[in-house]
Amino acid sequence: MTAPQSPDNNPRRAFIAAAGAGVAGLGFTVIAPGLHLMAVASDANAASAATEARKAGTAASPAVRWGLLIDANKCAPGCTKCVDACHTENGVSEKLPDPRQNSQWIRKIELVDKRNGRVTQLPMMCQHCANPPCVDVCPTGASMKRADGIVLVDRHTCIGCRYCMMACPYKARSFVHAPLHDQNPDVPRGQGCVESCTLCVHRVDKGQQPACVESCPEGAMMFGDLFDPGSAIARRIASVPTTQVRADLRLNPGVRYQGI
Amino acid sequence: MSTSKLRNEEGRFYLLAAIGGLVAAIGIAAALYMEHEGHVVTGMNNQFVWGLPHVVSIFLIIAASGVLNVASMGSVFGRALYKSRAPLSGLLGIAMMTGGLAVIMLDLGRADRGIVAATHVNLTSVFGWNMILYPVFYGLVAVYLWTLMERRMNPWSKAAGLATFVWRVVLTSGTGSIFAFLVARQAYGTALLAPMFIVMSFAWGLAVFIPVQAAMYASSGTTLPPLVHQRMKNLLATFIAAVLYLTAVLHLANAYFAKNIAFETFILFDSEFAGMFWIGQVLIGSLLPLALLFHPATGTRTLWVNVAALLVIVGAYFHLYVFIIGGQAFPLDIFPGYDVKSSFMDGAVDHYAASLPEILLSLGGLGIAFMITLIGVRALTFLPHDDVAKLEAAGAD
Repeated sequence: MTAPQSPDNNPRRAFIAAAGAGVAGLGFTVIAPGLHLMAVASDANAASAATEARKAGTAASPAVRWGLLIDANKCAPGCTKCVDACHTENGVSEKLPDPRQNSQWIRKIELVDKRNGRVTQLPMMCQHCANPPCVDVCPTGASMKRADGIVLVDRHTCIGCRYCMMACPYKARSFVHAPLHDQNPDVPRGQGCVESCTLCVHRVDKGQQPACVESCPEGAMMFGDLFDPGSAIARRIASVPTTQVRADLRLNPGVRYQGI
Repeated sequence: MSTSKLRNEEGRFYLLAAIGGLVAAIGIAAALYMEHEGHVVTGMNNQFVWGLPHVVSIFLIIAASGVLNVASMGSVFGRALYKSRAPLSGLLGIAMMTGGLAVIMLDLGRADRGIVAATHVNLTSVFGWNMILYPVFYGLVAVYLWTLMERRMNPWSKAAGLATFVWRVVLTSGTGSIFAFLVARQAYGTALLAPMFIVMSFAWGLAVFIPVQAAMYASSGTTLPPLVHQRMKNLLATFIAAVLYLTAVLHLANAYFAKNIAFETFILFDSEFAGMFWIGQVLIGSLLPLALLFHPATGTRTLWVNVAALLVIVGAYFHLYVFIIGGQAFPLDIFPGYDVKSSFMDGAVDHYAASLPEILLSLGGLGIAFMITLIGVRALTFLPHDDVAKLEAAGAD
């Protein structure tokens, strides 16, 4: 198992940025707000690890990396409590005639091992990668990674190009295809924008757990700080074999699975 | 020129302008409808993230870059035959680029946020690079046209032509890299796409140029010198063969990797895209035009060379449809070694059908490109004037 990397040491991103700057440098001086944004977030309050509610006005801490550990052995067939809780919490309720146009921030996947027929269930959502391709490809910097590892979309700067959806290896993102009504004030969404699991950032900032974790009747989901060796999630990851989905891509996801 | 002939010409211009304007206006109206109702009125969804508008727009953007090859042959490589065609090639470049960008921008979920796209540039994104690549493209082509059409500026045309040549190679590399940089999709994610898009641009740009040039000659009542015709058809054949070669390399290399065999079987043999690939892209778009261009009975006749060029354009649309739509129809391999099922089309092959609004938006882009070309050739002198005797004396280059 790969140890969680610190957030901003991605050589690929640095290389592409340098190449891009080279193109821009042909007669242009362009500031990249997306990069700037991450840099500011990384620098601020590096020392204060937010293991509890984040104080209003303080930046997220890079000393923390929020993540999930999902035990697929405990995930019950047919149970969609985590999906229901997520979509209720985040106001994801539209039911369009073409179901493929509905947003799905989290979904249940059934896996059948081709070699032995073993069936496994698990919830799938944004994997909150340390090296997120969605952030790399976003033209405006609307796709961003917070200093504490949570990957988000800024609804104010997303132009709805969907390049991040093409880039995401986990099919974790949805596009809002129709006008929205009755939104949850804590979770603003927007027609024409891309969205995905926020790890319930509005709850995490209040010191609460993501809605899916809280709702799981089997206790199959664990939330916590991957960087804190004393946290329950870090201790579990250190003691049992866990899997990163598409580990071959080296994206270092913040969501780990047990039992697959 | 007689008064009645002038009047006829004017009538034809206004008729064509009315048709082109109507198509463009309907396209813009369709985009406003999509903007108001949301993409729910399109055939696109969370599986087919990009649809027909992207196929059309990427064709126009690639061909816009490639059509400038005619200008580069003249200004950069000093070929006299192509030099007199450089202004027309520049105009077509601007027209198609505008049509393509209009479609892709109007398809955005938040098309009203163009200013956000222009002021927030993420340099790790190829789309972000486009905010630099496209405006500079316009600037360079405009300056290039100025150096070509303003006699006092003529000495600068070689430098401007060279800058334009370099820039469009960079630009089309960027277009290919949009797909080359996708890390997890079986259809994309290979560096070959950047050079391949450049060669595609050469073929498709020239395939657009040839019939446009023929139409201009026909409408002015003049004849294209056979020598010009001969050179351009040989060049087109070379580009078609090069695209075919790179297509073969792309699929063979992909099929060599065990992890991609399922996808290659799907796209080449076992899906609705297999017929589009073999019949549309390979037969109609490549083999048939090559046969028409090389066969002595057809290769020497303007009509058949134009037919061959039009077939290349038809094949280009099949090519991009198979590439963009087919690439998304096949499920992402999130869990290699497992059969996968979910409420979100995981593990399932899907089918895309474009809806009327997105078809109209796509046609609107073609209408915009047509209008710009039509007005350009009406307002300024773009019809190539060849000194045939001089060309023949120079060895037909």
